[in-house]
Amino acid sequence: MSPDAGGRPAKFEPVPTPETAPFWEGTSLGELRLQRCGPCGHAFFYPRTGCPRCGSTDVAWERASGRGRLHTYVINYRAAPGFEDQVPYAIAVVELEEGPRMMSNVVGVPNTPEALVLDMALEVDFEPRGKVAVPVFRPAGSTS
Amino acid sequence: MSVNATTCIVGAAETERIGVVPELSSLELHADGARRALADAGLTLADVDGVAAAGQSPIAVAHYLGITPTYVDATGIGGCSFLVHVRHAAAAITAGLCEVVLITHGESGRSRVGAPPRVMDAASPQGQFEAPHGPTGPPTMFPIGVLRFMLETGLTHEQLASVAVAQRRWAARVPRAMYRDEITVDDVLASKMVAYPMHLLECCLVTDGGGALVVTSAARAEAMPGPKPPVYVLGTGEAAETPLVSMMEDFTRSQAFRLSSAAAFAESGITHDDVDHLMVYDAFAHLPIYGLEDLGFVGRGEAGAFIAEGHTSPGGRLPMNTNGGGLSYTHTGMYGMFLVQESVRQLRGEAAAQVDGVEVSVAQGVGGMFMAAGTLVLGTAGAAGQ
Repeated sequence: MSPDAGGRPAKFEPVPTPETAPFWEGTSLGELRLQRCGPCGHAFFYPRTGCPRCGSTDVAWERASGRGRLHTYVINYRAAPGFEDQVPYAIAVVELEEGPRMMSNVVGVPNTPEALVLDMALEVDFEPRGKVAVPVFRPAGSTS
Repeated sequence: MSVNATTCIVGAAETERIGVVPELSSLELHADGARRALADAGLTLADVDGVAAAGQSPIAVAHYLGITPTYVDATGIGGCSFLVHVRHAAAAITAGLCEVVLITHGESGRSRVGAPPRVMDAASPQGQFEAPHGPTGPPTMFPIGVLRFMLETGLTHEQLASVAVAQRRWAARVPRAMYRDEITVDDVLASKMVAYPMHLLECCLVTDGGGALVVTSAARAEAMPGPKPPVYVLGTGEAAETPLVSMMEDFTRSQAFRLSSAAAFAESGITHDDVDHLMVYDAFAHLPIYGLEDLGFVGRGEAGAFIAEGHTSPGGRLPMNTNGGGLSYTHTGMYGMFLVQESVRQLRGEAAAQVDGVEVSVAQGVGGMFMAAGTLVLGTAGAAGQ
């Protein structure tokens, strides 16, 4: 990753593919998007052109509620580039209200074992990251 | 087709040195293990018609050694690759595709000499949906389900720490182990936090080393006995779940462990009570806990107490990771080769921390971060009914 204007290392920047572009277009607009299978109704993440449950390619994008729960996490003590000011920080898996889970970070709350309680309610927020925005989560009801 | 007792491991050896070996490249570590395994089998390069390797291409290994193989297996699915190579070799030999397969591992995991660079493709699923969230290597990703496991099963931090304690007890008996001083649960919990809930002593070593195996048909092994007793391949399994640890179906269970081990147990016809010795890939302390439960040695939520009570320690009823494991013996990166080496040593009766009367040994490997798995049920001639 190239350093920012201040010479500090930048955080890892994802590069969309044609198949995942609608997801990243959504995050840039402040929307968390999922795909749902037409025939079987399964909602899934990460983006793919076919339903991983039934194999149908009749899948459509939809806007997710952005609500979820803290499913599990670690607290990383070794900063990745760009995370130096945040260490130690949680790398979390959030279970979305629609069912799918995704890796993310938790903001707006101390990243400590005491404050990060499994199954706590979260809501999505977005962190600008180069050409895209990365989904992060904050405690439900807190403001960004 | 079953491969139950149709093939044997007739040669097995680790590199002459393991640990910190900066004078050998990754490729040379493959070759060193290969030469030593062939010598162990009483065979030469000319006997080998099949080559399997991970980390380096089997073609690179074969050519470097001077072999022109007519069977190659480049299955590279992380640390369990070598167990899967044994499975594939057993099937290929049994089907008549080849006769003598050399399986090699070599990794300059610590010194990084001649080692392939570690790169993350920012457009891959991992690059888009995991790497942006700040992981810094396996210690910060592989254990991501542990807190969920604790919530759902009652596993305690002390029980998790006891995995490292139990394995250090074995390592204390193994001269080649990197760390041999016995430790306590308090020592583990006082060690540096790497990625909560994992402390430094709950994370594997990072070392250089390698090893190789020679697999051939049981018929050939019996017709042309080598210097060492053959170790029979009684059952094999492999499975893959997900390349993204964040996409595990259940963070408290490994589907790959379950599917792979069930296949191996079924093929071998053994029951859990038949198992005298167990190796479970321990890149991190939670893996033996998942392994004991997913393989069915204990019930849900029982593995932590089972290990803490000493049942896998020296003198316990299920000796596990008797070389000290990735936590204390060595861990080159793709550690699975060392699981098989220790199973073979125990079955031959030549292990440093030898367990009495080992007839059946199970080796359970993991690839990536709960990405894949390979299982071998290995046995003596007696266990194979020979």
